Amino acid sequence: MGRSLSDLGFFIGRRFLEMLPVLLGVIVLTFFFTHSAVPDPCGAWNPHAKAPVLAQCRKTFGFDQPLYIQFEKYIVQLVQGNWGTDQSGAQVFPLIAQGIPATLELVLASLAIMVIFGIALGVIAAQFSGRWPDHMIRVFYLSGWAAPTYLAAIILAVVIGPTFGLPTGGEYSVNPPFPQPTHMSVVDALLAGNLPFVGDALVHLILPATALAFLNLGIITRMTRTSMLEILPMDFVKGTRMKGLSESNVLYRHVLRNSLITTTTVLGFTASGLLSSTVVVEEIFRWPGIGKYSFDAIVNYNFSGTIGVVIVFAIAVVVANLIADVLYGILDPRVEWR
Amino acid sequence: MAGASPTPPAEGGRPRRTPRPRRAIRTGTWGEVVFEALRTLRSNPLTLAGFVLVVLLVGVAVLVVVVPPITSTLFGHAYSIVPYDPNGIGQTTLVGPTWWPWWTGLFHLKPAPLDLSHPLGTDELGRDIFSRVLAALPLDLGIGMFITLLSVAIGGGLGLIAGFWDQGRLGAALSTVILRVTDIFLAFPSLVLALALAATLGRTLTATLIALTATWWPYYVRIVRGEVLVIKHQGYISAARIAGEREGSIVVRHVLRNLLEPLTVYATLDIGSVIVTFSTIAFVGIAVPPNIPEWGSMIAYYEGLFYPSAVWLVFAPGLAIFVTVLGFSLLGDGLRDVLDPRTRRAFARETRSSTSPEPVPPLGAPVGEE
Repeated sequence: MGRSLSDLGFFIGRRFLEMLPVLLGVIVLTFFFTHSAVPDPCGAWNPHAKAPVLAQCRKTFGFDQPLYIQFEKYIVQLVQGNWGTDQSGAQVFPLIAQGIPATLELVLASLAIMVIFGIALGVIAAQFSGRWPDHMIRVFYLSGWAAPTYLAAIILAVVIGPTFGLPTGGEYSVNPPFPQPTHMSVVDALLAGNLPFVGDALVHLILPATALAFLNLGIITRMTRTSMLEILPMDFVKGTRMKGLSESNVLYRHVLRNSLITTTTVLGFTASGLLSSTVVVEEIFRWPGIGKYSFDAIVNYNFSGTIGVVIVFAIAVVVANLIADVLYGILDPRVEWR
Repeated sequence: MAGASPTPPAEGGRPRRTPRPRRAIRTGTWGEVVFEALRTLRSNPLTLAGFVLVVLLVGVAVLVVVVPPITSTLFGHAYSIVPYDPNGIGQTTLVGPTWWPWWTGLFHLKPAPLDLSHPLGTDELGRDIFSRVLAALPLDLGIGMFITLLSVAIGGGLGLIAGFWDQGRLGAALSTVILRVTDIFLAFPSLVLALALAATLGRTLTATLIALTATWWPYYVRIVRGEVLVIKHQGYISAARIAGEREGSIVVRHVLRNLLEPLTVYATLDIGSVIVTFSTIAFVGIAVPPNIPEWGSMIAYYEGLFYPSAVWLVFAPGLAIFVTVLGFSLLGDGLRDVLDPRTRRAFARETRSSTSPEPVPPLGAPVGEE
């Protein structure tokens, strides 16, 4: 119960242990939902197949066995690191693992856009609270919230992209001549030392990252504004003013710094929505990440893929919340690791 | 809206409140509640805009549903405020908004005749876009409200149980089970869960409704349990217990009553989110069959067909979703500002009526304007 590094270690370890039953619940729930709703996806996989082909398919994938035996088999495989196969017989895990870095890159880029613009707008709104810049910013961020992600993505891809000559699909304009060990487009290009491709990859990131950032920009703006307005009347702010510090110094060095603590915690809450939105955004912008994979898996009755993606998403949400909590604790010296 | 306000507004001027004896348990008549709400709305133009939008949309949606059966019983012929059959194939194919040439004619000082027959244009089969967007309004709005209410009922009920009856062996066990299951559901990103459920449960409207409800109820367990844990330890609950009130009566008269405020805010904000999620599932193509007009599926269909040459096809349903969700967001956001005790103090300073007593700031609260 303190602020030492070992306390932090215990805190993180405990949170991971707490995650395990939740994860097991997620797996059980997804497995039984999918398998009891569609007990036999063979017909959906091969709509025109004849009976013996379907019977063979059922036998191969084990759909002719009772549900609990299927589940037992699945869990045993999962523990051994085998996440099952999709209908074409391809292993699910390598496909998902390939998509994770690409999605991570996209999410980080959108996080950067979100934080930079969200905090800037929040500061302006707080500075002019109750006057027209504040109202304009409120309308702007509520519009971001009101526009569904797919609508924002389509408008960006079809109207904004061609107008400004920005690319609207994929990671690069042409297939890169270098290997892609990390599957993050910018990092791969950097590792290869191929500067034109670094620029190309960055330009390809702009539109999908903006589409993703659009939804949560408002939450960051709102939290920054609210917490700045809460801190502005505090005594220490008066103290800094009395010391004769300039108004910008007071606002940015003292008020904004303290209000960022709250903003950090909110970033954790946005993780779930951000990951959800990747499903639509990656599909529209043909980004080869886990969101596009999960879209395809869900639409094509790919059960192993669906469960695998859900596991990864659930872990990502928990980890994102943990990171936000740890950051909060580091930023706020009053917090103890409990 | 039933029940007259005890203080009818004075003619012409601002309504004046006469002081009346305080009761031990504060009870407000419906008139007072409506009056309070209107005063709240007047203080913020954006909230008022949201309120007007919501009332307008709900009114139009009700008219779309109600007018045909009523007119058919009254006049023997069903009239509708939807100008064309949303699925009726017209003679013309793919016309832009028909007032557009008139509008451009203004700049050429040679006004074209104003033609409002297809205000938002038609699609490739000659179906009127305005009628299709209008016909989809009751579906989207109704699903937004229905799912939100259902989630409030299910999640709120479970949250109340988990928060209020967590003592004793049975209560503790029950509340632990509820909270663990809620945690599991909350670990899914909402859209992924809703999509996966809707896709596997049969790709129909019913499946989508089940999927949306399954996605939304856990949030209300968290919200309601948190509120109940605070309310439970308030003095008036103990006072009611000591006064011999039954548990059920305490829950209804004190706990539920205090839950109403936060739940209204969250539900208002959530209606918009539910509409967005529903239309996203429809956009993917697994919520409604193509012959039922729905905003999300219209955007997907038209975007896939013609987008570059016919912008209005995607903009019309997109604008419909945008305006609807914006209305609920503005209203909910404004309500949250009013109901949040931290901002309520500042708000009370602005709109305090002259006869109400000075609010006493709590100890340590900031005094004075900044």
